[in-house]
Amino acid sequence: MFGLDKKDASLLLVVAALVVFAPFFLNPFPEASGWAQFNAGYPDLMQRFVIFGIFAIGFNILFGLTGYLSFGHAAFLGVGSYAAVWMFKLLSMNVIPAIILAVIAAGVFALIIGYVSLRRSGIYFSILTLAFAQMSFALAYSVLTPITGGETGLQLALDDPRILGGLSSSDGNIPVPGLFGLEMRDSSKLVLGGWVFTFNFGYYFSALIMLLSFYLSIRIFRSPFGMMLRAVKSNQQRLNYTGVNPRPYTLAAFVISGMYAGLAGGLMASMDPLAGAERMFWTASGEVVLMTILGGVGTLIGPVLGAGMIKYMENIISKINSDILHTWFAFLPDGLEDAVVAMIYPFIGKGWHLTLGIVFMLVVIFLPGGLVEGGQRLAGLFRRKKTDESKTATTEPAE
Amino acid sequence: MSKGNLTRRGVLKTGAVAGAGLAVPTYLSAQESGFTNAPTGSTVTLGFNVPQSGPYADEGADELRAYELAVEHLNGEGDGGMLNTFSSKALQGNGILGKKVDYVTGDTQTKSDAARASAKSMIEKDGAVMITGGSSSGVAVAVQALCQEAGVIFMSGLTHSNDTTGKDRRANGFRHFFNSYMSGAALAPVLAANYGTDRKAYHLTADYNWGYTTEEAVKSSTEALGWETVAAVKTPLTQTDFSSYIAPVLQSGADTLILNHYGGNMVNSLTNAVQFGLRDKQVNGKDFQIVVPLYSRLMAKGAGANVKGIFGSTNWHWSLQDEGSKAFVKSFGTKYGFPPSQAAHTCYVQALLYADAVQRAGSFEPCAVVEALEGFEFDGMGNGPTLYRAEDHQCFKDVLVVKGKDNPSSEFDLLEIVEVTPVDQVTYAPDHPQFAGGALGTCNNGA
Repeated sequence: MFGLDKKDASLLLVVAALVVFAPFFLNPFPEASGWAQFNAGYPDLMQRFVIFGIFAIGFNILFGLTGYLSFGHAAFLGVGSYAAVWMFKLLSMNVIPAIILAVIAAGVFALIIGYVSLRRSGIYFSILTLAFAQMSFALAYSVLTPITGGETGLQLALDDPRILGGLSSSDGNIPVPGLFGLEMRDSSKLVLGGWVFTFNFGYYFSALIMLLSFYLSIRIFRSPFGMMLRAVKSNQQRLNYTGVNPRPYTLAAFVISGMYAGLAGGLMASMDPLAGAERMFWTASGEVVLMTILGGVGTLIGPVLGAGMIKYMENIISKINSDILHTWFAFLPDGLEDAVVAMIYPFIGKGWHLTLGIVFMLVVIFLPGGLVEGGQRLAGLFRRKKTDESKTATTEPAE
Repeated sequence: MSKGNLTRRGVLKTGAVAGAGLAVPTYLSAQESGFTNAPTGSTVTLGFNVPQSGPYADEGADELRAYELAVEHLNGEGDGGMLNTFSSKALQGNGILGKKVDYVTGDTQTKSDAARASAKSMIEKDGAVMITGGSSSGVAVAVQALCQEAGVIFMSGLTHSNDTTGKDRRANGFRHFFNSYMSGAALAPVLAANYGTDRKAYHLTADYNWGYTTEEAVKSSTEALGWETVAAVKTPLTQTDFSSYIAPVLQSGADTLILNHYGGNMVNSLTNAVQFGLRDKQVNGKDFQIVVPLYSRLMAKGAGANVKGIFGSTNWHWSLQDEGSKAFVKSFGTKYGFPPSQAAHTCYVQALLYADAVQRAGSFEPCAVVEALEGFEFDGMGNGPTLYRAEDHQCFKDVLVVKGKDNPSSEFDLLEIVEVTPVDQVTYAPDHPQFAGGALGTCNNGA
């Protein structure tokens, strides 16, 4: 199907099903129950899942295939966001031109940075990209304030030109991004008993783009071009000696993954029309590295899983406060309750980084292949049992 | 691609299926009530969005304490605090409109993106009807714009930049805290009285939005009194060692250094300046002086003995002796064991003001709340008679000019009040050049 072999096609279908039904299984707990705290099925977080999924898929094309670890990928995300917000300010609130310009701007930017950085490999390459990203951050934060809005971020205003119309919404406010009249924030709710499921247009729009990016990434992985990139990763010197120049390939991979990041940035701005410089900060670049490693480097679905995991922890764990803990453990005797809460407290709320750090360490130590390896081992466990059973089944009659 | 077998028919089919899938949600569209997150049960949820990590985590922690105290008082627990001194008596101590006040918290990380994500989850997931808090103007402006789009009320916390109620003002956003212009207007006369009117000033300014507006405000107010600005140098926000910026100050011929820095920046730059012996120098026949436009107790604590004798402005200080301040300091001190910071004060007051506005309006509907707050005059909240101006949603009240105390009696007693600048002196026209270019728009009820 779609030029994919059976295994890849079924993977794509599984991802598509996950994405389409996400509003259901991300909200497994009824609204009124205490567990509703762990529900992740609200539009903003679901949008983040797929958008950072795109970002991580793109990063994986560079890091997973060529082994070049870029530590400045957030810069492309930021450039994409700024480009998209400028389109909203100047052209119209339709997301299509915004996303197109975001991808192009990030691609051009990646071409320039990649051209310089790819002269080195290994740690030097990482440091060069990091330096470029920090430079972009510093520029966006202060020097380029007229273009980027500086610390406050680039925002829409009522007096923006918007030459294609849509100066203000019907009630005199700043219009919101949309697709030919459908607003990105349009949501509808489905109430089933105690459960409330939210379907958001912006989410499904991003999800569709994520599926397309995922499909493109599979095609790249399976193409001769992808094979060439893997060759760069396994032994670049040998490639040089056989007379192949790897630079055009690595540069192409770099630009492609920069464009993915720009696409993610453009989508982020489309969901929430604001672009801030923090998006380009080095910790944001580090985050996508974490996502990719947590999920599984060089695997197709790993980065998406990693992105989901990190965003879930950032948004759900960080919002648990000590009051909520106390209500959870209210059934314990007073002294014990306080002790249990005091023990868990450092790992929730502002301590979510700590929890993330522990999870990351555990994954890297015990599952070097990331969550994907965890899944494979689980699957392997069941499969072995099955084969064992079949073995006994075949041997028994002989007795 | 090696195995491309895309057919025209295949593409059309997939496109049609995908399009139908996208269209389904819009069929299910249904609006439930007149405005976003209308509280239906016996409780109402407020969202406290404060920095719990990052450079302003201390302020954030203090803000959260103040909010918890405010919720207690609104629900009729504790000693009532400022509810007893507040001039409006609409609140009964039985929650807001009879609904018990519940709250959710989030971490802004002092990043616009993180703050918006956290505020969005409060609105979309937890059903918060009002968002409040924050300790940075960048975050305040970003979250204010978000609340405007989403149709909830935003009561900003500590935000001092002119832009929050200037070019980035929004109809659904309100600021109780004072701003850069007010700092300049309050400080300049005190500086002129103490240091003379023929000073040469050298500005070091944090290189971001708040720094710019503060520099502009202080510059224009001091220049109006006869001071001369020798130079204004921008310093990166992430700078921790300011030696290289301090060294050229003396060569410039300036006799006053103005540090438009906040938080850790201010602690470091002031410490560097004092270590360089600037304050012992004589320039143009005058003692060299240092001024910090925006002071906070938490910063004074960080800079230690270096703040002694240095002038600055602040929104509120716990040593104020009016009834409102005393009541607040007492209930905060009883609960937590130390006096509140100005960040805690402004957040506590904002929570009460919102609750009172809802009570008076008789509805949680944002537009009704906006109407109740616009032009609202009140007293008993620590800053004397105060007006929430309708044109820009900024509070107008007295501003404190403070000085680092020479002989602090405790680790909290670091600042002394030099002058309470009356509100008339810090009032400006809504279209003042430093605030021009913004528009409130109209209030938004959301869904």
